Amino acid sequence: MSAEQETAAPQPKPPLQVLYCEVCTFPPEYCEFGSSLSKCKEWLKDEYPDLYDRYYSEEALQAKMGTMSMEQQTKLEQDAAKKEAKAEAKADAAKKKKLASQVLIKRIQRQKNKYVTAIHGLEAFDIDLKKAAKLFAQTFATGSSVTKNPQGQDEIVVQGDVSDEVLDMIREEKGVLKGVPEANVELIEEKKKKGS
Amino acid sequence: MGRLSAIPLEYAHLRSPSTESRVMFKKFQPSTDISGQTAVKSSVQRSIRAGILSNWKIDSDTFESIWPKKENITLVKCRDHISIYALHGVPLFFQHFEGPFYPTLRLLHKYPFVLPTVRVDRGAIRFLLAGAHMMCPGFTSKGGSLPPAEEALPAETPVAILAEGKEHAIAIGITKLSTEDIKKVNKGVGVEVVTHLGDDLWALQKV
Repeated sequence: MSAEQETAAPQPKPPLQVLYCEVCTFPPEYCEFGSSLSKCKEWLKDEYPDLYDRYYSEEALQAKMGTMSMEQQTKLEQDAAKKEAKAEAKADAAKKKKLASQVLIKRIQRQKNKYVTAIHGLEAFDIDLKKAAKLFAQTFATGSSVTKNPQGQDEIVVQGDVSDEVLDMIREEKGVLKGVPEANVELIEEKKKKGS
Repeated sequence: MGRLSAIPLEYAHLRSPSTESRVMFKKFQPSTDISGQTAVKSSVQRSIRAGILSNWKIDSDTFESIWPKKENITLVKCRDHISIYALHGVPLFFQHFEGPFYPTLRLLHKYPFVLPTVRVDRGAIRFLLAGAHMMCPGFTSKGGSLPPAEEALPAETPVAILAEGKEHAIAIGITKLSTEDIKKVNKGVGVEVVTHLGDDLWALQKV
C-alpha cells in the first residue's frame, strides 16, 4: 500500500503529530492502561474536551468493549483502579522520603589550611548533580566535580572551603539548586581535630 | 589451527543474538546502563542509512526529513550491546548487536508506515504494557489481525504492534514465527516485544 503512495508522491511525507498525555506521557488513548487514569482524564478534559468525549463518552466505552467479555472488562477496571492506588501510594512514599532526606554540606580538611567542600544528597531533590557541580565551579572559580564517596553514593566535591556560600546559594535557590527546604540542609565539619 | 578455531566457538554466543531473550529495555537505567556517546564515522553513517532504507518501508526523501544528510548522528552505547542512535540528543533508532534497526516508538508514531504492522486484541494490551512477549492467540483472535497470506512476513521481521481499537502503535517487536506459522501453530510466543509504551526507552526522551 505504501509503495503506491511513494510512486505517486515523491515528496517527503510529513510526520504525524501525535499528542501525548502530559500526565503519563502515553498517547491519550492508552491512558486507561496507565497508572494515573483519573488524573489523565482530568487533564484531557481540560485541554482537549473533544478528545475526551471521543475516548471516554458512553458510546466510546461501549465500542471499546469490542471483543472482550463483561468479566474481562470488569477485571481490567479493577486492575486499573488497583494499579492507580498503588502508584499513588508509591508517589506518596517518595514524597515523604524526599521531605525527610537531608542535604549535607561537609567541610573536609585536606591539608593544614586547605579544605574541600562535599555536598551530599542533592539528587534527592531532583537536582542534576553534574549541572550543579558546573554551577559551583563557575561561581567559585574552583574545581568542582561529581564523585562517588566511599559508600558508593554520588556527591559534589568543590575545592576550597565554600560551605557557607553553598548554604547561601541553596537558600537563594540559585540556578539549578531548586526546591531544597532550608531545614533539610546541614553543615558539618569533618574532624582531623581542628576546632572551628 | 586448533586454537584458532576454538576462539570463535567460545564467542559463538555473542554472535547469535536471535537466541537470547530480547527484553532489552526492562530495567534500563540511563545513569548506569549507558556507557558512552560517540560520534559515528561518516562511512559508518552511510552504511546505516543504506541499511535502514533497504529494511524500512520508507523513501529516501522522507528519511531525509527524519535524518538530514548533513547532520551527524551520535551513537549511544548501552549495556548488553544495545546501540541507540540519536540525533541532537533525541533517540531515533536502536540496534542490538548487529541486528536489524528498530525505530524508537516515538519515531514510529510520527511515521507509522515504516514497519509492517500486526495487531493484538484488547485483552493483550495489559500484558504487553507489563513487558510480556506476544503470544500467537492474541493475533489470531477476533480483535487481532495479521497481514493476509500474500503479504505474509517471515520470522525475524521487525514489526509495529498495534492494539485493538487504538490508533497508534503500542510496541515494536520482532516476529519469532512467520505470520503464516502464527496462524497455524497458534500457541506460544509469536512476536517478541523489543520496546513498548512506558518502558525505559520510552522514558528516555533525551539522551
